[in-house]
Amino acid sequence: MHENGAQKTDTLFGADELVINMGPQHPSTHGVLRVKLKLDGERVVGSECVIGYLHRGVEKIAENRTYQQFAPYVDRMDYVAAVSNGLGYCEAVEKLLVAEAPPRARVIRTILTELQRIASHLLWLGTHALDIGALTPLFYCMREREEILKIFEKYCGARLTTHAFRIGGLQYEAYDNLEKDVERFCKDFESRIQQYSDLLTGNSIWIGRTRNVGLLNSADCIALGASGPVLRASGVKWDMRKAMPYAAYDQYKFEIPIGTRGDTYDRYMVRIEEMRQSRLICLQAIENIPAGPIMARVGKVLKPPRGEVYHSIEGPKGILGYYIVSDGSIQPYRVRIRPPSFINLQALDKMIRGHLVTDVVAIIGTLDIVLGEVDR
Amino acid sequence: MNPTLHSILAFVETWWVELLCAVLIVLVVPLIAGYIVLVERKVMADMQARLGPMRVGPHGLLQPIADALKLLIKEDLIPHNADQFIFWLAPVLSMTAALTSMGAVAFGPWFQVARDINIGLLFVVGVSALGPFGIVLGGWASNNHYSIIGALRSTAQLISYETTAGFALVSGFLLAGTLNVRAIVETQRTDHAWYVFLAPVGFFTYLIASIAETNRAPFDLPEAESELVAGYMTEYSGFRWSLYFLAEYANMIVVASVGTTLFLGGWLRPFSSVHWLGWLDAAPTLLLAAVGAYCVFRAGKQPSRVQSLFMWAVAFACFVVAAIFALASPFSHLPLEKMHDGLYGAFWFLLKDSAYIYIFMWLRFTLPRFRFDQLMRLGWHILIPLALINVVDVGVALALSSEFGLNRWLAMVVTTAATLGAATLLLRWNDKYSAAASASLLADSSVVEDPHAG
Amino acid sequence: MADKSKAPQSPDISQPDVSGSSSASAAGAPPSSPAKGVAPAPLQVPLDNELSRRYRERFGAAILDALEDRKQSIFIVHAAQLLEIARYSRDEEKFDLLEDYTAVDWPRREKRFDLVAQLYSFTHNTRLRLKIPLGVEEQPSTLVPIWPAANWLEREIFDLFGITFLGHPNLKRILLPDEWQGHPLRKDYDILQQDTAWVRENLGIESGQ
Repeated sequence: MHENGAQKTDTLFGADELVINMGPQHPSTHGVLRVKLKLDGERVVGSECVIGYLHRGVEKIAENRTYQQFAPYVDRMDYVAAVSNGLGYCEAVEKLLVAEAPPRARVIRTILTELQRIASHLLWLGTHALDIGALTPLFYCMREREEILKIFEKYCGARLTTHAFRIGGLQYEAYDNLEKDVERFCKDFESRIQQYSDLLTGNSIWIGRTRNVGLLNSADCIALGASGPVLRASGVKWDMRKAMPYAAYDQYKFEIPIGTRGDTYDRYMVRIEEMRQSRLICLQAIENIPAGPIMARVGKVLKPPRGEVYHSIEGPKGILGYYIVSDGSIQPYRVRIRPPSFINLQALDKMIRGHLVTDVVAIIGTLDIVLGEVDR
Repeated sequence: MNPTLHSILAFVETWWVELLCAVLIVLVVPLIAGYIVLVERKVMADMQARLGPMRVGPHGLLQPIADALKLLIKEDLIPHNADQFIFWLAPVLSMTAALTSMGAVAFGPWFQVARDINIGLLFVVGVSALGPFGIVLGGWASNNHYSIIGALRSTAQLISYETTAGFALVSGFLLAGTLNVRAIVETQRTDHAWYVFLAPVGFFTYLIASIAETNRAPFDLPEAESELVAGYMTEYSGFRWSLYFLAEYANMIVVASVGTTLFLGGWLRPFSSVHWLGWLDAAPTLLLAAVGAYCVFRAGKQPSRVQSLFMWAVAFACFVVAAIFALASPFSHLPLEKMHDGLYGAFWFLLKDSAYIYIFMWLRFTLPRFRFDQLMRLGWHILIPLALINVVDVGVALALSSEFGLNRWLAMVVTTAATLGAATLLLRWNDKYSAAASASLLADSSVVEDPHAG
Repeated sequence: MADKSKAPQSPDISQPDVSGSSSASAAGAPPSSPAKGVAPAPLQVPLDNELSRRYRERFGAAILDALEDRKQSIFIVHAAQLLEIARYSRDEEKFDLLEDYTAVDWPRREKRFDLVAQLYSFTHNTRLRLKIPLGVEEQPSTLVPIWPAANWLEREIFDLFGITFLGHPNLKRILLPDEWQGHPLRKDYDILQQDTAWVRENLGIESGQ
């Protein structure tokens, strides 16, 4: 089931340090991640992440595809939240083209992206709880995620790698019952969040497993570039949707949940609250979807003027950024994807020092990484 | 006649009931354990908003048979450098300990292998304490670094909670005044109270300790897959693994039975000594008849003919068993009357056993897992002191009621309140202690550039 | 259009002593990318605001150019002063987040690589892009002492472009296997190219295709 490699190395003080391996195949590393742990007895004194098992050369591929042809590749990075990836990429290219999606497209994009944020957090919650031993929340989360994926399927035909957006707007008009479906989902969702909360939030075993585990204070977060719920749980009240609004986020009212300590429990609370806020955004958005075109006039062949642009959005995992350099041709010259999971994973070493081996799994889970995004 | 054969026949003639019980235990318990697994999967599914096994047989009822067959025909893998003999012996040891301890457990007034031994429950507890041998030997014989760590952790957990369980049982023994299984249930009848009401702290401490004893969640860290250490069962597959597995479920039945016998009144019906509630005696019959009636009611609504037939069959079986119960009641004046005590007692005993095991399952699917150090802290810092205090309190209450003629119930209530007060203090002290410990462990530090970082 | 050719270099940028790039100061060459063979970007305009003035005041010639492209600020800076500029950016200008750090390969340019650091300031809610032109053999100093986030980001640049960072605590490949030969994101590395020796040795097949 996992690689069993143990070797001993002598440390400076002559004590034996045990290096064990959480191999690329492991039920709890959420993908092909290899973590080498240096142990002193039961405590972790150092770690090294070995990544790259899922490296597919996406940035190189981008240089050999046209802008529209590259859009489906972007879904496959953070495959849990494909719609967010697509939003970031389409908006970045739109900035490059100095074009803007029409208002109706922006609002529908917001709704779908917020639903995707909820779906991503639901998957995170289910698997994180499963790693810590709670078997039931996974199925409840999957039940809700199923509803969201059904909405995606009705909208664009795909559940996971959706390619929902196009450069310049949307290809598909919102289907007839989109507002009703979203409203029905949001109406039930509050009580469902309450269900997950009841199972975990006040549970003293859960608190015992997550309080003061994986501490990362705000200075360290910023220094290490950690973003998203990891940053907010350490106390920094900052969200890209509020700082530099994109899509239609400036039209809606929502709160930014923050934590105090930056431990696993705070990250859990922040993500639960983010789900609630996403629900509120969806409810506000469906009340008033403006009429109008869904596609800007960008033309079929996209040849952005020379130059470069950097655009980032608040993905479910953190700041998802796209740096696109255009040389005037139909293919981008360079596409760089700033992956939130890759940069958040750097903080792992800092977070697991001093903890027991058993906590490593909880801490990897709390970072909410997707290896497709880490390795690209 | 050959004197050896004669003595054997005489032995069988005297002890045929016990021998029958023993044979039934060895043959039937594996099957029952398999069906407990099915029930667990169905209960798990129900709590998780899904259906559970549905394919193999109607509503998955043949699932355990399929699983057993699969395990039997699997390839028998033995690791290369494993100690062959011990590798074979370890699961056998676990299974033997579990089944032997069942010998002294009485599933109703007539079903008991070791009748009237004066050390009754102590025998059960003692023999089931041999189970950890099977675990640690299995972990060692696997020749796998992580198996031995898992085995040692599991053993540490088991022997820690053995102490708690023992003390909790002692409080029950103080009330009963005897270790003899039959006598314990008898005294609960004469005392007009199940000991769970007289010593509730003892019962709940035993409940928690028994969950830890059987390696069930939330105490299942040694078995958890998502941890680094895969546990003592890693290298076992196929039939050997199924022996461990059955040993675990047999242990569950044993601890549930011990708890039921000592605290929940064994095979007594609720309010067994209250005569005007004698109509409760009809409860088994009525319950089974109700289940049968429900099956009849649903039979018509089944989507396919096969499923309707299945429901009819289940209804028929329920009615037959209900009829047997009815015929065995004292009113029927039939020879079946002799089986009244045995049947009804077994029914109530198994009902309470099932409730106890249902609580195990319920907790498994609701609660996350303890970390090993938290588990040990719970056992040593909280439960053992609590169990000790409880024993002292029960003793004090008994002394008060016998020496000073204080009403037994009053004495029990007062001492239980005292125990609960002590428990609150313990928890508070423990919270402070563990918060301080973990805070000092993870002192804030600035970002350090370590050459091996990342 | 009107911005087709760059505005003449401002007087306080004298010949930037960028080693190995004699054409950098050639009149008419766009100061934004001191290179031949890359036509100027039409939407790039020179940037002259408070921020660029402060930087120019502080670092003078090291700031090779200040531009704005699609309303995003870009400073082209000299590699030799990279560490000081980074420290100043973090401490004085409060750009405390290294949002991204990557490179772009312009093979026909004198200075082949462009190191691109995307900075963000929480206090001012502004972004800044620093571009550092680098020759092939040039080794910039690491930014890990300033922003520890640069650790893995620089490893990735090393892995995919071959740029070595001086003083990096653990500069080895991160996404590709340690023994891989070649740097895939360079433009002379074909999209179908593999390190066939590594593939043959480690995967046992003739080629990755």
